Amino acid sequence: MTVQRAGVLIIWLGCVVLAAVVVARARYISDLSAFLPANPTPSQQLLVDQLRDGPASRLILIAIEQGDAAARARASQSLVERLRRDPQFSAVNNGEAIAGQRDREFLFHNRYLLSESVTAQRFTASGLGDAIRETIGNLTSPGGLLFKSLLPRDPTAELLNIVDQLARSPAPQTRDGVWVSGDQSRALAVAQTAANGSDSDAQSKAIRTIQTAFAAAAAELPKGTAAARLHLSGPGVFAVAARAKIERAAIRLSIISGILVVTLLLVVYRSLPALGLGLLPVATGALVGIAAVALGFGAVHGVTLGFGITLIGESVDYSIYFFIQSRRSAAGGNGPSWRQLWWPTIRLGMLTSVCGFASLLPSGFPGLKQLGAYSISGLIAAALVTRFVLPTLLPRNFAIRDVTPFGARVSSLLQSARRLSGRTLALGSGAVVLISGGVLYADRAHLWNRNLSALSPVSAEDQNYDAKLRADLGAADVRDLVIVSGPDMESVLRGSENAGRALQELVDRKVIGGFDSAASYLPSMATQESRRGSLPAPAELRANLKQAVENLPLRTSLQPFLEDVEATRHAPLVSARDLAGTSLNAGFESLILRQKEQWNALLPLRSAVTGGTIDLTQVEAALKSGGVGNARVLDIKRESDALYGDYVSEAIRFSLAGFLALTVLLLITLRSALRVAQVLAPLALAVLTVAAGLAIAGVQLSLLHLVGMLLIVAVGSNYALFFDRQAHSKEAGNQSLTLASLLIANASTVIGFGLLSFSQVPVLVALGTTVAPGTFLALMFAAIGFRAGERA
Amino acid sequence: MRRILPLIFFVAGASFGAAAAMAQAGFSDLNEVMRLLAMRQHGRVEFVEQQFLAVLKQPIESSGELLYDAPDRLEKRTLKPRAETLVLSGGVLTVERGHNKRVMDLHSYPQVLPFVESIRATLAGDRNSLERLFHVDFAGSVSRWTITLVPLESKVKQSVSQVRIDGMREQLIKVEIRQPDGDRSLMTLRPSTLP
Repeated sequence: MTVQRAGVLIIWLGCVVLAAVVVARARYISDLSAFLPANPTPSQQLLVDQLRDGPASRLILIAIEQGDAAARARASQSLVERLRRDPQFSAVNNGEAIAGQRDREFLFHNRYLLSESVTAQRFTASGLGDAIRETIGNLTSPGGLLFKSLLPRDPTAELLNIVDQLARSPAPQTRDGVWVSGDQSRALAVAQTAANGSDSDAQSKAIRTIQTAFAAAAAELPKGTAAARLHLSGPGVFAVAARAKIERAAIRLSIISGILVVTLLLVVYRSLPALGLGLLPVATGALVGIAAVALGFGAVHGVTLGFGITLIGESVDYSIYFFIQSRRSAAGGNGPSWRQLWWPTIRLGMLTSVCGFASLLPSGFPGLKQLGAYSISGLIAAALVTRFVLPTLLPRNFAIRDVTPFGARVSSLLQSARRLSGRTLALGSGAVVLISGGVLYADRAHLWNRNLSALSPVSAEDQNYDAKLRADLGAADVRDLVIVSGPDMESVLRGSENAGRALQELVDRKVIGGFDSAASYLPSMATQESRRGSLPAPAELRANLKQAVENLPLRTSLQPFLEDVEATRHAPLVSARDLAGTSLNAGFESLILRQKEQWNALLPLRSAVTGGTIDLTQVEAALKSGGVGNARVLDIKRESDALYGDYVSEAIRFSLAGFLALTVLLLITLRSALRVAQVLAPLALAVLTVAAGLAIAGVQLSLLHLVGMLLIVAVGSNYALFFDRQAHSKEAGNQSLTLASLLIANASTVIGFGLLSFSQVPVLVALGTTVAPGTFLALMFAAIGFRAGERA
Repeated sequence: MRRILPLIFFVAGASFGAAAAMAQAGFSDLNEVMRLLAMRQHGRVEFVEQQFLAVLKQPIESSGELLYDAPDRLEKRTLKPRAETLVLSGGVLTVERGHNKRVMDLHSYPQVLPFVESIRATLAGDRNSLERLFHVDFAGSVSRWTITLVPLESKVKQSVSQVRIDGMREQLIKVEIRQPDGDRSLMTLRPSTLP
């Protein structure tokens, strides 16, 4: 016996140490990918990359509010100047004229390769004549005057054409030289981080850098100016805030619920050793759970750490059952031991929970997969510790307070309900099913929230603010995209040019307001080559030019023009590397994505009217008739919602499959359809009631509600099985004691999950508001049902 | 020689005093002209503009009308030889020509600023704005005046060396803008007869 005890302890300690080593060495990730699909289709992959690492995910929107307009403008200038020096940001813009010396030189130097107007026709006598006449006309307007000194070198004003080409996107309003909101109440700027949007640590650092730079910029303002305030928004900002919020909530709630549960157990046990022993199964389970996830997935998601412990909270119950019920066996003396009487029930309860959680395993979301794996391994470990380790460690004269009187008191409270006849009970259950079912049926269209934002921890207020900033910044919210794919950069640039021609027609027809294209920054090599090829040889150009200017009032010599054209004819083409040294690179890179062997060029579309929608069928038709084969149209919002919707449907299917497996398991073990029905009925009723309650409260169900329902079944099945055991075993004896142990177990569950309902994080609230009332209802329904069933 | 010196001093002193007195009169007249200009809420005149550019053998002539709404909207609608609309509103200049539309924030283009702000601020009777950007000289009287503007900032000086505006009471008659490279434009205004 002693040898066996020692063996058990050694195996347990060995497992704990092993798990601890794995946990200590595991890699932890805290990005958003927990709720992004793991095995998507190529189109989904693009979407996921966009959401996670795309250029949009790297944007930080900066608003400066309060103070006066001049102070905001100065703060904006000084802030942007600081940020531009920081390598953390690949681009920072607040509307100040770009045209840095370097950009201007780059554009001017390569004007005959970059300008869309460069064709062979433009360099004929008549083409040159028209172009130069246009330039002369431009000289009279203040804008054209800027280019006056360039006339001898650039008589066809290609630089102006390129500037127009790049300025197609609508710019936000400006005041005092910086971007401002429509009502001019805030100064605006945009920073693009060098790091990916999903890199929360880098995003968090970038945010702190902006805050520090702003504080320094604000300190420079002359004394007496009203203080301006900084407000940041954007995906990275949200992600960082959400992570902090979830972490804070998880830590705070874990501590509070931990204290409450420990207090509850102390009150019940009145014994410190019992408390320590009682926490052993759950502690071991948590450790083993994390280790299992680390081994199985390579990396552990933050979500898993945050939620896992709540999900296996059920294992606290195991020790409660063990202590309370083994006390009875010990007191009874001659009766069957706890192991014979109650272990099979706990084992069955654990297995039913495993069935429930197993339905998370096939999920497309890595976060849910990990939660499933964590819960299953954690519960098994906790049950094994309860079965083998706890009895071994139990001191010889171990005793906790007798809770029979407590159980008896509750029992008598339930007396009236339990006196109900079988028929009344059936009628009552029928009524609950009818009402709940009716509510759910009436609400069926809106029952499930199929928006990805259902999981978003960002408050509606923050989302509105973000939308406002984006509107002010000029439709930077990329919703509709044309995507051109190809095996290399050249092919997608060519595709972008083709698509651009088709889209330009739509712009002219006012179907769309405009579009951006990487090819505006860097034309394909083919296009550049054809432009270079269209430049005439010196003699021909000289002759054409002579003829062109014959009737023009030009006095200046255009010799520098001839020289520049000739130089371009022998110059290399512009490559992505040449672009890299300029501020134009940020714009270019944000429109080109590389995924392993595939390149994608994005052409974000703007609606013809602000806030309007785009008729994508017309876009598709235009691309088709334009012969743009490798282009697709993507509505990001619709696609991502569809994607999430698919996962909700999938999760519902898997959950039903899990429920079916659980039923089969019970049928095999209990060998009676009636008993199985009796066990499952309270659970089904509890789930139905909670779902209906949420629907009545106007809550749309999300994935996390579904997980919550799984938990109701997982935890509630333990209760029902204990009652079942009680009802079908002559030795089980004291019914009040069973009720007491279940009530205490349930109280700890309700405390833990109830607290989640008070957090500010939607996913936690969803879980809490489902599980806390659900498990309590399951216990009540089971208590009433079994007692009445016994009498019937 | 010794006798002459006091004379010179006298003359110099007299002319100095006279100049001071003239300036005094000038500034009160300037204020009056500004007051008259500021009273007007809308204006609509025709213009003919000639640009003398060194790169061109002959001046470019254009014509159209000028519309003004107090205090800061100025629209220059060129009808000949090519239609072009230029709108200055709230410090932003929008140039529309055929399909092309360019928006320029004047804060970002200080070179462009004097071309439009000189006319706008004069039309608005906004002496403060004028004096922020230019050294302001006034000559003549309220009934027939000349305001000469010389840019203060070096960036602005690069594109405009002097703006000379001639007028009668609250009417502008002629605006001449000189550029440091010798190029200049001359705009003549008269009450609109356009429909």
